[in-house]
Amino acid sequence: MASGSEEGTELETEDIDKSIRLTTDVELLKQAWRNEKASPEILKFQADLVQRSKEQIQLMEDTVEDYEGNGTDPLTISLYQMDLDRYQFLLRSYLRTRLQKIEKYTIHISKTEMWNRLSRPEQKFAKRCKDSMEKHLTQSVLSKLPEGYRSILQQSASSDAEDMVPEPQLDTFVFCKSNQYREVVQVGESGDEQFDFAVDGLGVIRYTAIRELVETGKVDLV
Amino acid sequence: MAGQSDPHISLFSAAEIEFVAEDELVEIVPNISMEPLNFTCGDFGPFRPQMPTEVPMWLAVALKKRGKCVICPPQWMSVDKLTQVLEAERDTEYAFEPLPFHYVELSRLLFDHAHEDIPDLYMVRTLIEDIRDVRFHKLESSLKLINERVNAVKLKNVSAMEMNIVRPFLVRTLQSFYKLDSPQMIHNPVTTAYRQAQAADRGPRLELRRRHMIDLLRR
Repeated sequence: MASGSEEGTELETEDIDKSIRLTTDVELLKQAWRNEKASPEILKFQADLVQRSKEQIQLMEDTVEDYEGNGTDPLTISLYQMDLDRYQFLLRSYLRTRLQKIEKYTIHISKTEMWNRLSRPEQKFAKRCKDSMEKHLTQSVLSKLPEGYRSILQQSASSDAEDMVPEPQLDTFVFCKSNQYREVVQVGESGDEQFDFAVDGLGVIRYTAIRELVETGKVDLV
Repeated sequence: MAGQSDPHISLFSAAEIEFVAEDELVEIVPNISMEPLNFTCGDFGPFRPQMPTEVPMWLAVALKKRGKCVICPPQWMSVDKLTQVLEAERDTEYAFEPLPFHYVELSRLLFDHAHEDIPDLYMVRTLIEDIRDVRFHKLESSLKLINERVNAVKLKNVSAMEMNIVRPFLVRTLQSFYKLDSPQMIHNPVTTAYRQAQAADRGPRLELRRRHMIDLLRR
């Protein structure tokens, strides 16, 4: 192995070690990704985690580039590249899953407090997505309909509610697994039914019953 | 409106489940010397010939593909252990034996990439296939127990892949029961005679409905 690479490795080690705590950010991002994929509604954007992940990916890209420049053994480089690819996949998939949800529930999100769960760029995306959709639907269909049926939100002017806005279905069921918190969850309306994660481990529960615990990270969706 | 019907949003593909499984640690014996690898997902190594060390599955497979290590099959993958598990699985009607959450994916990865490292390969492979069949059959037949509105279903010791396979069906079933069997639908003041007749028909079932949570695997 080239001796020049070892110095570089030691320097990088310190930097990376600092960012690795008991659980790595990769692990945290994986959990955020799983929760985002499994939950029916859009969750709060993990701003700090995404920021840290981007920085780590950047750092790793630089490291790999350095290695390529200084003649490190190709096997080592390809392994670092694989680690990097896995991290990037997670981050991209996380962001994409959110974009899919935003596209699907644009109007609902922009009208409720869910708007605050979006990052700045996501809010920009949502706004543009909503505008394009409105423009398209107005031009192609709505403008040709009789007066009173031209709203994008209501079926007709006489309906009281905005009955054409797709909303996430919170009444659905999700799979969840115990984590270090080992919560006990009330699952029924009456409160006499409990799901004890320490004992039961894995289960299917109504999303509304564990919604808050998902938000606070005390229950993991799988 | 069908929030869950879009497969791209809420379902994990088999490949994604495997991706998660590839982070599980496994022991390897390298046949090369390599400095420690300081990955974003943790530090591994140093690698010295004949010195066993723990690495994530994906790293083990990558090294194995290049002929740089021998993978030590995990303890639960021995003939003895698996025989015990299979017997226990056959003895119980609804309970599942504790196996690693990703046992299906891990064993598959090892069979595909490291079959020469597994002692008694043929036996191990057959045992795992049998265990999978028995467990899946149990899971399928336990789904029949869901015949009313429930708030939660316990699935103790069910593995990732097993869970992912029944997910679409199970979620839709629970949703339908939840919606159609809701107290509002049944107890609302009914106006038409037809509806009254229906409500009456449902009478005897009210007693059953007291149990809202179902434990598929421990009855």
